[in-house]
Amino acid sequence: MTTIRLLVGTRKGGFILSSDSKRKKWSIDGPHFAGWEIYHMKASPLDPDRIYASQTSSWFGQIIQRSDDGGKTWSQPGSDGSEPKVDASGMPQGMSNMFIYDTSDETGKPLTTHQWYDGTQHPWEFARVWHLEPSLDDLDTCYAGVEDAALFRTTDGGVTWHELAGLRGHESGPNWSPGAGGMCLHTIVLDPTNKERIFCAISAAGAFRSDDGGQNWKPINRGLNSLYIPDPTAEVGHCVHRIAMHPSNPNTLYMQKHWDVLRSDDGGDSWREVSGNLPSDFGFPIAVHAHDPETIYVVPILSDSLHYPPEGKLRVYRSRSGGEEWEALTKGLPQEHCYVNVLRDAMTVDTADPCGIYFGTTGGQVYASNDEGDSWEAIVRDLPAVLSVEVHVVP
Amino acid sequence: MIRVVLPFHLQTLARCDREVALEVADSVTQRTVLDALEARYPMLKGTVREHVTLARRPRVRFFAAGEDVTHDSPDEELPRAVVTGDVPFMIIGAVAGG
Repeated sequence: MTTIRLLVGTRKGGFILSSDSKRKKWSIDGPHFAGWEIYHMKASPLDPDRIYASQTSSWFGQIIQRSDDGGKTWSQPGSDGSEPKVDASGMPQGMSNMFIYDTSDETGKPLTTHQWYDGTQHPWEFARVWHLEPSLDDLDTCYAGVEDAALFRTTDGGVTWHELAGLRGHESGPNWSPGAGGMCLHTIVLDPTNKERIFCAISAAGAFRSDDGGQNWKPINRGLNSLYIPDPTAEVGHCVHRIAMHPSNPNTLYMQKHWDVLRSDDGGDSWREVSGNLPSDFGFPIAVHAHDPETIYVVPILSDSLHYPPEGKLRVYRSRSGGEEWEALTKGLPQEHCYVNVLRDAMTVDTADPCGIYFGTTGGQVYASNDEGDSWEAIVRDLPAVLSVEVHVVP
Repeated sequence: MIRVVLPFHLQTLARCDREVALEVADSVTQRTVLDALEARYPMLKGTVREHVTLARRPRVRFFAAGEDVTHDSPDEELPRAVVTGDVPFMIIGAVAGG
């Protein structure tokens, strides 16, 4: 029987929400890793039972957890390779995973500085893993986007992580600066038709593309116009909030920026604004319908200073024309006194038919639509603030 | 045996009790106690001290025999009562809340 499995990361643990293919009745399992911030959980597209999770704490650092049974049990895959996973007394072994910037002569880049909030230069410091992106073609390969911005990759199921230092070492690095949430690499998009092509987005540096598997990178921000930086059309410095792609059309990218919704039809070489009739073009997430590459979804937020929906009405906006023309989706969503936010990794779509849409809020609600966004229902209302939502169809 | 008290989140990570007992062969200092802790519970590497530098994580504090020894040298011998096992070496997550 097909199961729809939602992986919800929150400020105080991870939750797994499950339903059958009708997506009407949900079971809720959790919290996993109670009390820890679970920035992101995502399963391999090759095996939805293989889940990678970013467990993090401002006190105790970064942990990577892995499940091979759909979230029933978890382990820390990190170890020195010589330790057994469980010792003679049954004690789990393995240490929290190391994310060490690669400064080696062979593959690394010197550890330099980036711009700090006050305009001074500040050394790169690892803080946490924001986003995990499992490989499209290898179960044990997964990418990690981290703060301070850099891209890491494991090829051994999370035991070791190595930085792809070409991104952090890009010549524009000293001009990158943290957004309010930190200088995070929060978006990783893999091209299903070209395994050498990877897209990343960093707040506040912008979007970047690699065409050689992550070794070398170029900024792809032409067409972005950001009035909050000294040169609004600079090569870097833009606060890109999220990029989305439909796998059948990988040259078309959609972007929710700090302000503005944009699209590119040339793999990011150029962008044009498609905010159209949105009530506000500020927001965090953007998602593409699973079966229609021209249908996209955003959740407008009033402004950079007021992180809540315009008029206190929680509305998802859908465009069936790849932007410009938007319709409000409100059925089942609160239309008064609603002041929650939806963060960048907290909206996703499933591949069922009709396409399901899901998002989580900073108020702890997880909303689901099983009809392409026409109507919505809260699966759960009182979780901790939701940081991320991913969905997997488990055959 | 040296007694060490762990904060809640490290107990859950290591799947151990609040207090653990460790054999420390050398002189009993922050460094040797934490080395012994990480050897027994490798999943705690990187959580109390940074991986490479072994610097204390900023929001972790150390109490011993009624003293805050957080800022003492990691190679300074801990108070006698910790060495004899009469009181535990306490690893504390810095208080934050509202």
